[in-house]
Amino acid sequence: MEIIILILAGVLFATAIYNLLQKQLFRIIIGTVLLSHGAHLFILTMGKLKRGQPPVLTDGVTDYSDPLPQALILTSIVISFGITALLLVLAYRTTQENKTDNMEELRGNSNE
Amino acid sequence: MSNLAVLPIIIPLISAIILIFFNSKVKASRILTQLFSLIGLGVSGYVVWQVVANGTIVLETGEWIAPYGIILVVDTLAAVLVLTTNIISVAGAFYAPYAGLGEKENYYFYPFYFFLITGVSGAFITGDLFNLFVFFEVLLMASYALIVLGGEKVQLRESVKYLLVNLFSSMLFVTAVAFLYGTVGTINIAQVAQRVQEVDQQGILTTIGILLFFVFATKAAVFPLYYWLPNSYIVPNPLVSALFGALLTKVGIYSLIRVFTLIFIHQIDLTHDLFIWIAGLSMIFGVIGALSTNNVKLIIAYNIIPAIGYILMGIGIFNQEALSGSVYYLIQDMIVKAALFLLIGIIVYVAGTSDLRKMNGLIHHYPLLGWLLFISAFVLAGIPPFSGFIGKLLLLEGAFRDGHIIIAIIGLLTSLLILYSIIKIFVRGFWGDKEAMEGIEKKPIKGMVAPVIFLLLLTVILGVGAEFFYPIADSIAAYLLDPEIYIDSVMKE
Repeated sequence: MEIIILILAGVLFATAIYNLLQKQLFRIIIGTVLLSHGAHLFILTMGKLKRGQPPVLTDGVTDYSDPLPQALILTSIVISFGITALLLVLAYRTTQENKTDNMEELRGNSNE
Repeated sequence: MSNLAVLPIIIPLISAIILIFFNSKVKASRILTQLFSLIGLGVSGYVVWQVVANGTIVLETGEWIAPYGIILVVDTLAAVLVLTTNIISVAGAFYAPYAGLGEKENYYFYPFYFFLITGVSGAFITGDLFNLFVFFEVLLMASYALIVLGGEKVQLRESVKYLLVNLFSSMLFVTAVAFLYGTVGTINIAQVAQRVQEVDQQGILTTIGILLFFVFATKAAVFPLYYWLPNSYIVPNPLVSALFGALLTKVGIYSLIRVFTLIFIHQIDLTHDLFIWIAGLSMIFGVIGALSTNNVKLIIAYNIIPAIGYILMGIGIFNQEALSGSVYYLIQDMIVKAALFLLIGIIVYVAGTSDLRKMNGLIHHYPLLGWLLFISAFVLAGIPPFSGFIGKLLLLEGAFRDGHIIIAIIGLLTSLLILYSIIKIFVRGFWGDKEAMEGIEKKPIKGMVAPVIFLLLLTVILGVGAEFFYPIADSIAAYLLDPEIYIDSVMKE
């Protein structure tokens, strides 16, 4: 099971990096979102996908899945959510002010 | 008593929250900012005193014992760095009213200012890798807001890139933490170090070490990963640049010090030798960047990179002298970079341009400014009475002791070129005809200069009073070389 999820995470990383290397700003943002999905899936897999019960205390259950990675992922999701929201607004303002969403044209020039 | 450990984090945090309510009252915000930063300085000074007198303070938050809860560890290194952070925060708070922030002061500048300090202090103090990630995000979020505040074209353009690079390296950090958790089953730094020791650092752990190096090297702007830094550091207000230049990259290099003196120390011939080469290349490329430009802001921004190279060189050499040199250099560099960015802010303000070719003869109008720049160039290059000298001397001593001659020579040559790159501003901008800049009217700079003088005075004290400060740096180096002390202080069994 882990190996399948790891391959999936790898595919997510590959797609993310392909998108990050594009010229269009919005594609890059999609790349960052995919990247964070890959990373979160990765944490979950690294905590071992044992077939235990959900980490909620119940009578008669001794086998729980690892709660720590889930807490880490939840934290990381909220953080990347905040950053993505900021990035989207920033991209909106940037494209409005600079009148382009092409990263090639958003380069700085030396005599500013 | 052990609750002292949390004070450097919550004081700026509470200050930030209070300042949110004073958003529209600029005068009140200014006074409160100065007051809060002074309180922070006092408390962190007390923390340093306590740590030096009674040893490391370990706080188990929520009474959960060592590996299970979040641990805050204030050892001498963290305490001294927190003190330095607060010193810079005070200087910034007193510079702020004159910094020409304009409307930005009405748009939550001061809350973000304190959130940045919160993140930096937290990153210095935490004893938990994931918590370190969270504090990194706290300081990065504040820095995203500060870098774009004002919303000029160039700011927007550069902040998008800054944000993307940092987002990428943050996600890499999460991945590295996941790898580490999968391998050793814990994220508490002390317990990770313990377990890595037990299994004798196999290949997978070295790989994770390199991955973490990539993450922190991106944050710290080390040689192949510094490309994002120069342009994004010069677009915001000089005060913000000063905070960034003094604090942000230093958090990255501090994390490198922590991780590679505590956890990954069993394959030194592989990782640490690599660092020496990377450090040498950082120095060379950083100083080439500084020499290549006529933009005074960019010259200072590029000068961050060789400084990071010096500190990394100490980690790479990994003996007592070199590490104490790194620590000394780290602390003095935080102060002098803040001073330089503030100083350059004033120079750009009075000259009305950041192009060196358009400045001439400023010393006839602003003699004090010229001599301050002259002193800071000497501090940066490491001329004896000033603080840069001691750090570099220790680093070179360490390099020669272990036979790393090439890096020592690179370090010495780089110092020369650093001196040249700053003196260039002095010679071209300040010397020359009196009439050249006659067109500009004389602007009052009294309030702006005071924080710079305060910071430069500290670097002079750090240099002249080396006899007093050196034993502290030396004990920190001895402490860093023996990870058992850290592990034992956290994992009490």
